[in-house]
Amino acid sequence: MLKDVTFGQYFPGNSLLHRTDPRIKIILLIEYLVLVLVAESLPAVALSLCFTAFLIAVSGVRFGILIKSVKPLIFVLAFTAVINLFFTKGESEPLLEWKFITVYSEGVRTAVTMLIRLLSMVLGSGILISFTTSPLELTDAIERLLKPLKAIKVPVHEFAMMMSIALRFIPTLIEETNKIISAQKARCADFESGNIIKRLKALVPILIPLFVSAIRRAEELADAMECRCYRGGEGRTKLKVMKTRPTDFVFLASVTLFTVAIFFVNMIEFSEVIAFCADIF
Amino acid sequence: MNALEFKNVSVVYGEGTPFKKAALDNISVCFPEKQITGLIGHTGSGKSTLASLANGLLKPTSGEVLLFGENIWAQKREMKKIRSRVGLVFQYPEYQLFDETVEADISFGPKNIGLSDEEIKKRVRLAAEFCGLSQKELKRSPFELSGGQKRRAAIAGVLAMRPEVLVLDEPAAGLDPKGREEILGGLTEYKNTYGATLIIISHSMEDVARYSDNIVVMKEGEVYMQGAPEEIFMQAEKLFDAALDLPQITKLFIELKKRSLCQSTDVYTVGYAKKEIEKIIKNA
Repeated sequence: MLKDVTFGQYFPGNSLLHRTDPRIKIILLIEYLVLVLVAESLPAVALSLCFTAFLIAVSGVRFGILIKSVKPLIFVLAFTAVINLFFTKGESEPLLEWKFITVYSEGVRTAVTMLIRLLSMVLGSGILISFTTSPLELTDAIERLLKPLKAIKVPVHEFAMMMSIALRFIPTLIEETNKIISAQKARCADFESGNIIKRLKALVPILIPLFVSAIRRAEELADAMECRCYRGGEGRTKLKVMKTRPTDFVFLASVTLFTVAIFFVNMIEFSEVIAFCADIF
Repeated sequence: MNALEFKNVSVVYGEGTPFKKAALDNISVCFPEKQITGLIGHTGSGKSTLASLANGLLKPTSGEVLLFGENIWAQKREMKKIRSRVGLVFQYPEYQLFDETVEADISFGPKNIGLSDEEIKKRVRLAAEFCGLSQKELKRSPFELSGGQKRRAAIAGVLAMRPEVLVLDEPAAGLDPKGREEILGGLTEYKNTYGATLIIISHSMEDVARYSDNIVVMKEGEVYMQGAPEEIFMQAEKLFDAALDLPQITKLFIELKKRSLCQSTDVYTVGYAKKEIEKIIKNA
């Protein structure tokens, strides 16, 4: 139970992505998502795929971890692909006609692009943010990026603090849940049989102690923070001051250029590329 | 007869990963019927793993766990029955309380076994008595109780199933001296009333010396020593080796012997110490 969660997991390392300023990485992620969603023509999709491969190579994250992070989404991916495959209507002759199923070449194309887009989004955000950025760095970066919002009285520091606390307590609460499950099992609780209502009811003895302990922990933490004179972000300095190095800007600039390039590549169709090549020879 | 027996049991966590770790390494140990066995050992020596094995919450990687001679994993469907026969009280059990009243919470176990309402009521009352909870407290919400009372309620929740074997992981940890005595005394009373077998995990050498008939010492996932309290506490060096200690009163008598003020070395409870000291004074 609750074992194979890769979401929000950080794998320490010393790759180019690990060393990149987390603020830059957040901007990179936004650019990357734009890039993936904009790429429509075949050459553009191919290029975006190359870029994802480049990120994977640069991050140094093990392949097995990537597979594991995609695993829970297999159903969603398959579902989108199938829906697109069968329900996209095209103008050309159908590729396949069998009883009520008709498949057009456009359908195949949308299905494949959709699949590539979703996969790239999951992998890219994983590599750019969660796998290579420690949660603390991440919340720090968000705080710094949202700083301008302070002018309109948004409690940016408090939000960032809440986020880092939430991230920090995920493993603790998972462990706590497992402990409570064992304790109730020792009292002969049955979570595995009966109809859906019975099973939902069986969760009560787990959820109530879990909430109670979460609230208790929150109170204790608040007290501990107050004891150490925590009073929000006012006048608070950072232990680790984030520094953007020249290489970070080079990285950012090249990705920005690449994204702009995708816009133009989008205009070219694959058939045109072939025609162009044929012209040369 | 042995109430609980572990035969060549090994438990390996995270097999097939780089984090592979043997929590228990091929241990064989017996817990004799109708006795209190104290289980001591350094943090991480495998005591809690042993407790989870006793009622089938954890399956051994290899080896057998026998309850009155029968392998508890022989029939997987019977696990619920095994768990009602082997009660397990975790460390800090007060965090498992959930129901509206203490009474309802204590009834949770017996209800899961499928007893009649009448029987449940009777058992809840008796279990509360062993743990020193009053009728008034039974009607209150478990979240209104003090820490010590919560602990009592949680232990009563397991006692109400009337287990033949009761495994307790540090039942008295973090309580005041009076609370410790009352809870451990209540458990002894339960054992005497129903002829139950108790296994108590503890870090307090004084409690272990005072309440147990047998002691099992664990070290790094193995059974390091086993025997009657006087045998175990005689081997001070070996205990220190397992990062454990002697009861303070025993230490005192070792010092007395060094100064040749007395000869006995098997003193490990305050009651016996008192008699010995009186003897010394008389002779002097």
